[in-house]
Amino acid sequence: MSGVRLLVGTRKGAFVLTSDGKREKWDVSGPHFSGWEIYHVKGSPADPNRIFASQTSGWFGQVIQRSDDGGKTWMQPGTPPGEPTTGPGGMPKGESNKFVYDTSAETGKPLTTHQFYDGKQHPWEFKRVWHIEPSPTDPDTVYAGVEDAALFRSTDGGQNWKELSGLRGHGTGPQWQPGAGGMCLHTVILDPSNPQRIYIAISAAGAFRTDDGGKTWKPINKGLVSPYIPEPTAEVGHCVHHVAMHRSRPDVLFMQKHWDVMRSDNAGDSWQEVSGNLPTDFGFVIDVHAHDPETIYVVPIKSDGEHFPPEGKLRVYRSKSGGNEWEALTKGLPQSNCYVNVLRDAMTVDSLDKCGVYFGTTGGQVYGSADAGDSWHPIVEHLPAVLSVEVQTLP
Amino acid sequence: MIRVVLPGHLRTLARVSAEVQLHIEGPVTQRSVLDALEAQYPMLRGTIRDHVTHERRPFLRFFACEEDYSLEPPDTPLPEKIASGAEPLLIIGAIAGG
Repeated sequence: MSGVRLLVGTRKGAFVLTSDGKREKWDVSGPHFSGWEIYHVKGSPADPNRIFASQTSGWFGQVIQRSDDGGKTWMQPGTPPGEPTTGPGGMPKGESNKFVYDTSAETGKPLTTHQFYDGKQHPWEFKRVWHIEPSPTDPDTVYAGVEDAALFRSTDGGQNWKELSGLRGHGTGPQWQPGAGGMCLHTVILDPSNPQRIYIAISAAGAFRTDDGGKTWKPINKGLVSPYIPEPTAEVGHCVHHVAMHRSRPDVLFMQKHWDVMRSDNAGDSWQEVSGNLPTDFGFVIDVHAHDPETIYVVPIKSDGEHFPPEGKLRVYRSKSGGNEWEALTKGLPQSNCYVNVLRDAMTVDSLDKCGVYFGTTGGQVYGSADAGDSWHPIVEHLPAVLSVEVQTLP
Repeated sequence: MIRVVLPGHLRTLARVSAEVQLHIEGPVTQRSVLDALEAQYPMLRGTIRDHVTHERRPFLRFFACEEDYSLEPPDTPLPEKIASGAEPLLIIGAIAGG
């Protein structure tokens, strides 16, 4: 019987929640990496037993962990459990956390600078990995979106990382600036039909696309309007919170911007607002139904200064028309005194029939729906603040 | 034999349960201790000092014989009691953030 495995990153560790295809009873394992912030955990579509985790700490920096047995045991890539930490010739293994920005090939100096909170130019400084995106076809290839914003790729299962520096080097880097959460590259979408095309999004720079496998990039922010920045329709500088795509229609993108829910039908070349009748169009998450590419989900949040649901009612909003017309989904969700947030990587959908939808909150709850959002139930209720939720649909 | 006490999270990461013992040829300094520590436990690279610049991470401090050596140049010799193994070098995470 098929089943699902939820991979939950929290402020104090990772949790793995598993269920059969009914999605009624759940086993909970964890915390893995207890006490560390786990920004993201995601499995390889090419090998579901291979899972990557971003383990990070303000004290000790970044660690990449990998499991090759579906989350039962973990290692830093290069150091299998029980094996020596050095390889043949004495070369060290386990060096999975080295994220070094490229420098200019001509001068040897930093490639570029970015705008800091005080308006001055500031060098890039690596802080953490926000998002891990495994290749859909090769279990050894994985991308990492990091803070300060850049994209890295590993082709050896997460041991060594190389920056795709064309992103920072394409010219707008000096105009990028940190959002309130830092200057993070938080969204990485690999086009399943075109391995040369990758979408990424950065707070607060906007969305970008490459059509040549990461060598060159261009901003794709036309149509975004952000009245709170000096030039509301600027080429870059928009605080994009998350972008989602359905694999059957890789040219159609949905975006939750700081304010505004947006849609593009031409691979990001232009965007239209589809906020419609949402009670507020501020929010962080957005996702697409696994089987219906016109059905999308958001969780409206009251405002940029009040990161909780309006009226204290936790409501997922679903549009079956690709935006503009939204319905509130409330069955099983708290409808009073609820003041949690749902962060940008904390919603996911499985590919069972009916489509399962899951999201985690800063209050430590993970909610699931086995009927595409019609009804919800708490899977766990007292985890540390949830930073990310991903799902694997298992055979 | 040099003794080093790691913060709890780094003991977990290095898969050690108690203090670490290192063999060091030559002067015993912050740099030589950290070089030996990272050679023996490569998974600790980047967690105590930066991969490239080797600057100490901001929220970590180095204490030896009840003295703070964190701001000393990395090649300053550590006390004899550290070099002889009578006292451990303490790598301490800042108590911050509630």
